[in-house]
Amino acid sequence: MLNREKRQRSRLLWIWVLFIIGLIVWLSYSMFEAKDKTIFMPGPLTAGHHQIGLVCSACHKDPLSDGEVFQKACTNCHGDDRKKPFDSHPRTKFTDPRNADTLENINAQQCISCHTEHQPDMTNANGLTQPVDFCVHCHSDIGDDRPSHKGMEFNTCNSSGCHNFHNNRSLYTDFLVKHLNEPDLLSKQLLPEREFSKILEELTDYPVDRYPFKQLSDKDADATENHQLETREFKSWLDTAHAGSGVNCSACHESKQPGAERVTWADKPDHTACARCHNLEVERFKRGKHGMRLAVDLPPMKVIDARQPMKKEAGHKQLDCNSCHSAHRFDVSEAAVESCLGCHDDKHSLAYKESPHYTLWQKEISGDALAGSGVSCASCHMPRINYDVSEWMSRTMVDHNQNANLSPNEKMIRSSCIHCHGLGFTLNALADKKLIDNNFNGKPSVEVESMSLAEEDHKRAQQELLEIQDN
Amino acid sequence: MKHFNKALIGVSIAASIAGISTAIASEEFDKPTISAKTMADALHLVMDSDRTIYTRKIVNRLVKKEKVIKASEHFEDDKALVLPAQMFRFGSELVAKRAEKLPDVNFSYSLQSLWPINKQNAPKTDIEKAGLKFIAENKGKNYYAKETLGGKTYFTAIYADTGVAPVCVSCHNKHKDTPKRDFKLGDVMGGVVIRIPMDG
Repeated sequence: MLNREKRQRSRLLWIWVLFIIGLIVWLSYSMFEAKDKTIFMPGPLTAGHHQIGLVCSACHKDPLSDGEVFQKACTNCHGDDRKKPFDSHPRTKFTDPRNADTLENINAQQCISCHTEHQPDMTNANGLTQPVDFCVHCHSDIGDDRPSHKGMEFNTCNSSGCHNFHNNRSLYTDFLVKHLNEPDLLSKQLLPEREFSKILEELTDYPVDRYPFKQLSDKDADATENHQLETREFKSWLDTAHAGSGVNCSACHESKQPGAERVTWADKPDHTACARCHNLEVERFKRGKHGMRLAVDLPPMKVIDARQPMKKEAGHKQLDCNSCHSAHRFDVSEAAVESCLGCHDDKHSLAYKESPHYTLWQKEISGDALAGSGVSCASCHMPRINYDVSEWMSRTMVDHNQNANLSPNEKMIRSSCIHCHGLGFTLNALADKKLIDNNFNGKPSVEVESMSLAEEDHKRAQQELLEIQDN
Repeated sequence: MKHFNKALIGVSIAASIAGISTAIASEEFDKPTISAKTMADALHLVMDSDRTIYTRKIVNRLVKKEKVIKASEHFEDDKALVLPAQMFRFGSELVAKRAEKLPDVNFSYSLQSLWPINKQNAPKTDIEKAGLKFIAENKGKNYYAKETLGGKTYFTAIYADTGVAPVCVSCHNKHKDTPKRDFKLGDVMGGVVIRIPMDG
C-alpha cells in the first residue's frame, strides 16, 4: 500500500518536473526566438502603439532597459515632432540644475513620466498618464503673472485653444493679438502649393543621372518584354507626372539588393521603391499610425486591426503607399479623399460629403476653382507643411504622418485652418465636438476665451505705455 | 637587411619616445590647473563678448543703423533676427544638450533678471536672488557662492548683464510683459548665472 502511494507520488513529482521544464522551454523560446512575445505584455498598449505590439524591442531595446534607453526609443520616432513647430518644455530646461526642484514632482526629462504604456486604466486622451492637473506643479502662481488667469480651474490649461505642454508657444499672446477680429472666412482662402517638382534638381539623393528630367513617350518605356503593361496601366503611367519627368518603369520596378550582382524586377514594388525618390514622404508615413508597422519591419497594417470605426468590407486592405496612391495612376486627388473614405467609417468622415469643404473640393478638381482652394481630407489631416529636408533646406510637402496634425486638434490650427479661416473662428470650431462630428457643416456654438484674454492683455499693455508717455 | 633592422629599431625607439611624451603630455593636460572661479570667469568672458558682438554688430547695426531687418521675439513667424537674449538662451540650450554626451564637461548657464519679461527667468534659488541683487547694487562686481541643488553642490558665479545698445533698453521698456519700463543705456538689466559642479 505504502509502495503504491510512493509510486504515485513519484509519478506526480515527475509530471510536475516535466511540466516545469516544458514551461521554462516554452517561455525561453517565446522570449528569445518567437516573433510573438505578447505573452509577456503587462497590459494592453495604447492606440498609438498597439500596431507594433509584436515587436517589444521597438521600445524595450534590451531586456534590462533603463529610463535612458526608453527615452531614446521614444525620441527615435517622436523626436522630430517635439522639435517642430515649437517645444516649450525641452529636455535642456530640466537638465539645468536650477530646475532640479521641479523634477521632484514630475521627471519631465523622460517621456515615460507622463506617457506610461500598458496602463489602459489610467491613460487619458493623447496617451497622457499623469493626472490632468500636472501644470499646477510648476505654474500654480500663474495668476500673479497673468491676472486674467486668476481663479481658473486647474483642468482648464489644456482646453482647446489654450495650452499644450509640447508646443505651448504656437498660440502665444502676440499671435492671438495679430489675428484679433478676423472674419470667419478670410478674403484669400488658399492652401500652400507643394514644391517637390520645383526643387527636384536641388535634391541631392534624386537619381537624376539615370532618370533625367524629360517627358517620356510610349516608346521610351523600359519594362522588359516579359513585363509589358496592360493598355490601361500603360496609359495611366503616360498621363502621370512620373512619365512627364522621366521616371521610367525600371525606376520603381527594378532594384538591386545589397550584395546582389543583378537587378531584380518586382511586379508589385513596396514602399522602399517609392522611398528612392520620395524618402521624406515615406519616412513620415512610417511615423504615423498608417505606416508605423513598416518602421519596425512588420508586414503592413490591415484595416481590420484599427481601433477606430472602419468599413467592414475594407478590413482585408493593407496599408502601404499603393493603398491610397493606386499604382501607375498615382492620382493624388483620389488619395486625398476617396482613398480615406474607402476605409474610415466614423461620423466625421461619413459627414464629409455633405460639408462645405467637399463642395469646394469638387469645384477644385473639376477645374472650376483655383488649385489649393478645395478642402480634402488630406488638406487637414495630411497638410502641406514647410518641412526641413536637411539642416539647411526646407520644402513644402504633404506630411504623410497624419498623427502629427492631431491629438490635440490645435495642432492643425497653423498647418491647415488659418490658411482660410480667422483664428477666433478656428479655435471655437475645433472646440465644438458636434461641429467636428458633422464635419464643420455650420457655425461653432462654443466660444473659447483665448482671443478675448489676449485682447484684454494687449489693451492693458497699451494703456501702461500711454501712461508712461504722458508722464 | 642589417640596415633595415637598424632602421626598424630606430623607428621603434622614436615611436616609443613619442608615445611616452604624448602620454606624459596628455596626463599633464588632464591635471587641474585652473580654479572653478577662473573657469567661470573665462566662460563668462567668451559669452559676454559674443553676446555684445551679436547685439552691436548684428542686431543694432541691421535694425537701427541700416534699417534692413527687424529683430523679433517671434522671429520664425515674423521672419526676423532672433533677439540677443534668445541667441544667448539657444546657445545655453545647445551647450546643455552637447555637454550631456561629454562626461568631463559639466557646467550650465542662464540669463536671469530681477525684472524678467519671461517670468521663468526670474531668480529662483536663494543664491540667485542674493547674487542678482548684489550685482545690481554693486556695479562692476561679480558674485560667487556655493549652493546645493537636487542633492549636488555647485560653484555658482553671477555676472552683471548691462544694456549695451539702445535696442536692449528700448525693447525691454516697451515690452508688454516687462515689470520695469525705465531702463537706461548702461544699466544692469540682469545677470548671467554660471554653475560648475563641485562634486566632480
